Amino acid sequence: MSLKLPAMGNSQILSVGSYRPKRLVLNSEIVDRIDSSDEWIQQRTGIQSRRFADSDETIITMAQAACEMALKRANLTIADIDTLILATITYPFQAPSAATDLINLLGNPKAAAFDISAACAGFCYGVAMASDLVRTGSAKNVLVVGVEKISDFTDPNDRATAFIFGDGAGAVVIGRSEEARIGPVVWGSDADSRDAILLKPAYTEFRNSPDKGVSEIGWPNISQQGQTVYRWAVFAVSKVGIKALEAAGVRPDELGAFIPHQANMRIIESMAKEIKIPSHVVIADDIRVNGNTSAASIPLAMDVLLEKHPQLHGELALLIGYGAGLVFAAQVVQLPPKP
Amino acid sequence: MALAHADVLSGLKEIVEEVAGIPAASIELDKNFTEDLEVDSLSMVEVVVAAEERFGVKIPDEAVTDLVTVGDAVNFIVNAAK
Repeated sequence: MSLKLPAMGNSQILSVGSYRPKRLVLNSEIVDRIDSSDEWIQQRTGIQSRRFADSDETIITMAQAACEMALKRANLTIADIDTLILATITYPFQAPSAATDLINLLGNPKAAAFDISAACAGFCYGVAMASDLVRTGSAKNVLVVGVEKISDFTDPNDRATAFIFGDGAGAVVIGRSEEARIGPVVWGSDADSRDAILLKPAYTEFRNSPDKGVSEIGWPNISQQGQTVYRWAVFAVSKVGIKALEAAGVRPDELGAFIPHQANMRIIESMAKEIKIPSHVVIADDIRVNGNTSAASIPLAMDVLLEKHPQLHGELALLIGYGAGLVFAAQVVQLPPKP
Repeated sequence: MALAHADVLSGLKEIVEEVAGIPAASIELDKNFTEDLEVDSLSMVEVVVAAEERFGVKIPDEAVTDLVTVGDAVNFIVNAAK
């Protein structure tokens, strides 16, 4: 006895929205504490500035603003959303999820809502799940939001990370489509290298050593082995991008845009070279002004790209997320239509 | 497969020239990658990956920090290929 299911449908990104914290932080504000220079940071990462959220700009308020913008641009209301997937690694509560707080605030407390922890790959993981939920008929419209307040988990004195990260939120609405507009995800892990990017110690350390304070135990700030991550991203993750193009039946010259996770401009440029992205394809470089915003970086970069290059609405883009885990995910998507 | 020092040096010169744009003629065994050749930590990764492919050796991340001079890299590669 088999099940009687509707035929598999297709999915698309209906809209994108974003929120950038108000405060722009230039390299000049960061360099003194890490004995560095604006030139050094720009040469190694391409980063000129990033945004740090203030105390009134939380994971929830930033995500809410991004989601509301995406809903408006899709001509939908929160009542049309039946699933919310939130990707983050910097929500400061273990449970309940940030997603349930957000869906309640947005005004649809009955929708399915959950968080995923896939670091800088989180947005692509969310898009993959949302797309398949829509295609199978399990969901009609899904909000996928990537949001980070990494400034809460960055050591301003760490010479390896203090200048890299920034805060923000980006969201997309994924809904049904007549034609295939989101390609299959190519994803996986290199979990044997999970020490390359860490947030530690565990919160339980504070309970286990009540006599010691944060100054002794340390705060769970992000740490990163730059060379390991660079090698992995450029020489391993680029291959994932090539596979995602193959899985979608798309050649690099058919792309309008390349929107990889905004980790480091040199990684982005080397990836483009490895994947053989042709020169006419617009390469997202939001990292230059907004730093590495982890799970938020791809939708933030997508939004600014569409603002700068409106002709890219409806064009194909290759997305590649990769980060702590180490984990990766890539897919080809059609960029949302002009609102 | 054993590799000759001279062959590794000449191959490495080509790689550093390609990755960092430094004329091969100015690359000698005693040159420091960072200070003399301005090969920064990320370019060093590209040099290492290219050297791995060219010489068929494995240069793990933890070994890269010990490759301070061109001579260090040549010795490492020659020993790794033995």
